[in-house]
Amino acid sequence: MAQVALEGIHKVYPNGFEAVQTCSFVIQDGEFVVLVGPSGCGKSTLLRMIAGLEDITEGTLRIGDRVVNDVDPADRNIAMVFQNYALYPHMTVAKNMGYGLKNRGISKTEIDAKVQEAAKMLNLTDYLDRRPSQLSGGQRQRVAMGRAIVRQPDLFLFDEPLSNLDAKLRNQMRIEVRALQRRLGTTAVYVTHDQVEAMTMADRIIVLNGGRIEQIGTPKEIYSTPASTFVASFMGAPPMNVLNATVSSDKHVTLDEGLELPVAAPAASSGPILVGIRPEDLTLGEGTTPFDVQIVEELGAQRLLHGTLGGQAFSVSVNKDHEAGTGTIPVSITPGAVHFFSREDGFRI
Amino acid sequence: MKRAGFTNPWLPILLLVPQLSIIVVFFYWPAAWAIQSSFYLQDPFGFGSTFVGAENYTDIAQSIEYRKVAWFTVYFTAIVTFLSLSIALLLAVKADNVLRGAKTYRTLLMWVYAIAPPVAGFLGIMFFDQSHGPLTRFFGFFGWDFKLGVDYFDTATAMIIVAVWKQIPVNFIFFLSGLQSIPRSVREAALIDNNSGFRRFWDVTFPLLAPTAFFLLIINITYAMFDTFGIIDTMMKGEPGANPMTLVYKVYLDGFRGNDLGGSSAQSVVLMVLVLVLTIFQFRLIERRIHYT
Amino acid sequence: MADLTQTQIAQPTPSRLRFKWNTIFDHLILIAGSLLMLMPLVYAFITASYDPVTIHREGLALTFGDELGSNFEKALFEKGGFTKTVDGMVMLKNSFILGIGFAVGKIIISMMAAYAIVYFRLRFATFAFWIIFTTLLLPLEVRILPSYEAIQRLGMANTYSGLIVPLIASATGTFFFRQFFRAVPEELVEAARIDGAGPVKFFIDILVPLSRTMIAAIFIIMFVFGWNQYLWPTLITTDESLFTLVRGIKQIVLTYSDAAIPEHGQALALAIVAMLPPVLIVIFFQSWFVKGLTESDK
Repeated sequence: MAQVALEGIHKVYPNGFEAVQTCSFVIQDGEFVVLVGPSGCGKSTLLRMIAGLEDITEGTLRIGDRVVNDVDPADRNIAMVFQNYALYPHMTVAKNMGYGLKNRGISKTEIDAKVQEAAKMLNLTDYLDRRPSQLSGGQRQRVAMGRAIVRQPDLFLFDEPLSNLDAKLRNQMRIEVRALQRRLGTTAVYVTHDQVEAMTMADRIIVLNGGRIEQIGTPKEIYSTPASTFVASFMGAPPMNVLNATVSSDKHVTLDEGLELPVAAPAASSGPILVGIRPEDLTLGEGTTPFDVQIVEELGAQRLLHGTLGGQAFSVSVNKDHEAGTGTIPVSITPGAVHFFSREDGFRI
Repeated sequence: MKRAGFTNPWLPILLLVPQLSIIVVFFYWPAAWAIQSSFYLQDPFGFGSTFVGAENYTDIAQSIEYRKVAWFTVYFTAIVTFLSLSIALLLAVKADNVLRGAKTYRTLLMWVYAIAPPVAGFLGIMFFDQSHGPLTRFFGFFGWDFKLGVDYFDTATAMIIVAVWKQIPVNFIFFLSGLQSIPRSVREAALIDNNSGFRRFWDVTFPLLAPTAFFLLIINITYAMFDTFGIIDTMMKGEPGANPMTLVYKVYLDGFRGNDLGGSSAQSVVLMVLVLVLTIFQFRLIERRIHYT
Repeated sequence: MADLTQTQIAQPTPSRLRFKWNTIFDHLILIAGSLLMLMPLVYAFITASYDPVTIHREGLALTFGDELGSNFEKALFEKGGFTKTVDGMVMLKNSFILGIGFAVGKIIISMMAAYAIVYFRLRFATFAFWIIFTTLLLPLEVRILPSYEAIQRLGMANTYSGLIVPLIASATGTFFFRQFFRAVPEELVEAARIDGAGPVKFFIDILVPLSRTMIAAIFIIMFVFGWNQYLWPTLITTDESLFTLVRGIKQIVLTYSDAAIPEHGQALALAIVAMLPPVLIVIFFQSWFVKGLTESDK
């Protein structure tokens, strides 16, 4: 069990590409932290630097009390689960799980005991003598997990471990992984591009974009007070509506096309601005703002109405039993659910 | 290189040393030596050598003998390449078509790959034997008095037949595997679009096989130029005389029998340049082939 | 509409018929091709069952005679050649030494080199790569004379190592393994590193077992290549006790053309012995062989 501290970590590739801009944060002992962002945002590079598979250009990395910048991956006492599982195809499940222990010179009986224990935890006992090629995707995923937990590491690292599974299995494994981590109490860093995974699994989320940390916070914080338009639109499905507007000197908020929004303007700002409203923070059939519905999407529990508000693309999410059709409907905005962002850099005001 | 390669400083060097030292001793050193001695005239009795500049090269350029051998090499290479490629393509297409016995045909058509060129040449001698060879009799049936080792044209024909026979299997294997890697869906789409099997082959299958064919073209040229040495050597029964021969054979002949080290080296260098050009051409094609797939 | 149904009804019968004819035609071509490939060996094998006088009189035969066993026996165990010191068994042994020695040596050396090139961060990796891969450009046949000269100077003429080692000096094997290693998923080496495997352990525990089929395929290709070498053994072995079967073919041919009544039966028997091991290997390990040949050349 350990705390992980990154101080001024920075990664530049030899070809000059800056994969991760200088960043610092601390992952508490036993915490489950998710690194989320679109592909190429540097989340995997960050994870691989923690694993020791990638050199750190600058900064200090601590796992526990130890600075591990120059420590070999094998000696960092970490375990990693890969996207394609990276199981050794020529070894049985038991051998796959025990290989790391064997390399550490642990006795055969002890390895067997540990592998048995992990297999039991993961319902793999019947498969120990099989090869990876004889297993289903979900079982392979479990073996990869098993390989990580037999080692009783200080730190779990997950690199998009669920993205090769089908949707149903993914939901199930999400819960299993989280439950397992809780039970073992091991610190975990989890990389994904799937915002649902991030929201449901994380104690804390780190949102990355273009090699830069956009925001660090609990899922609730990230969702309710996104630090930038990027976070606002990346986290949450359907994404937040972001409208171009202007705050007049007398604190009226007017969309670029001239429609005035009945919202309280931010105190410190005037001039051009971005207004963010989540699709579920609106009530249909009330208020005065006209919403022109063009398409209705049935999502089962919800219906998603797409259209325009004052000429800008806009969507509203309503409950499944709400009658809705195309045409112009008045909407009201839930008070206090409006986010304001700077038009220059997209950051929250 | 892999992203997460090992960083051990001395192990890779240790791993590379055997290969590199063999290559330096048996490749770079000889190659350099050949280039150097191609500018010298060797005393036939082994008493030193004199620098003669490019004389060995101009000798080659002016030699009627050399020109004859060069032309034979060109014809030989072209005919062997064309025949072995087209026969193998025909057989591969048919073997890919049939359902029954496909495996048996595959085995029967590829085993000759394992026969050494001189052994093939020896079988050729038996088949083209002056008095009893089945093929000599066969040609005699058409009024062709076949004289292996005596008549230049007849000997060349026999060499070509044996060389083609020996090369069909390799081409067959590559064509068949190329055909089998054409996705089923593409074939089915072609089946819907076009009901003539002949047109389907030329419009769809053949263009998809083109990368394989280009690759094989180079392989076959190299084969005809170099690997047929054993066939040629056995079929002329060790008596070069007025028999047809390829450029490589002449290098061997001048260097080892004629003791003309300088001339032979110069010929080696000419061949090296030729192969170099071929190979650069081939690398280009392989690159394109990778983009293709 | 009427037209359409008519053609639909009319179509099946001729097309099915045509299909059958096509299939028969395909089989005929394939059978002709197979015979073309097979007949020479059948002829040789059957003719090897006659005594020399009969062969000299009749030529190749298509019905068995009764000397098959004795011809093979003589070919394998009777001392022949100029010095009468070498029999077929010695040549067979030498052929195996050359085939296996070449294949094993090549696999070991090229696997090591490919491993170094693919899996290590090496400053001169590109340089090493080019040094090695330029050798693909020049087949041994082009540089026989200087290579022969080099072997002479090193005093390696008439030795097994002089026979085998220079043949290894081309990068085909290294190229095959490099291609294969590059296709091995990246994460495997990362997982192994986290599992505490160093470069040596990774190579032995993971990479070599993973390459098993590739090694087998390359072994077959290289064994056949080595066994069938002709020009190099012809130059480098003048001592008959080092002759391989394929090298010995030349001697066979010379006797064939010189003697009054040449030992055809024996010669054919020896030729069959010379082709049998590589042919059997290629036939029995066909799928590996084909896979190795076609995949490694990409």
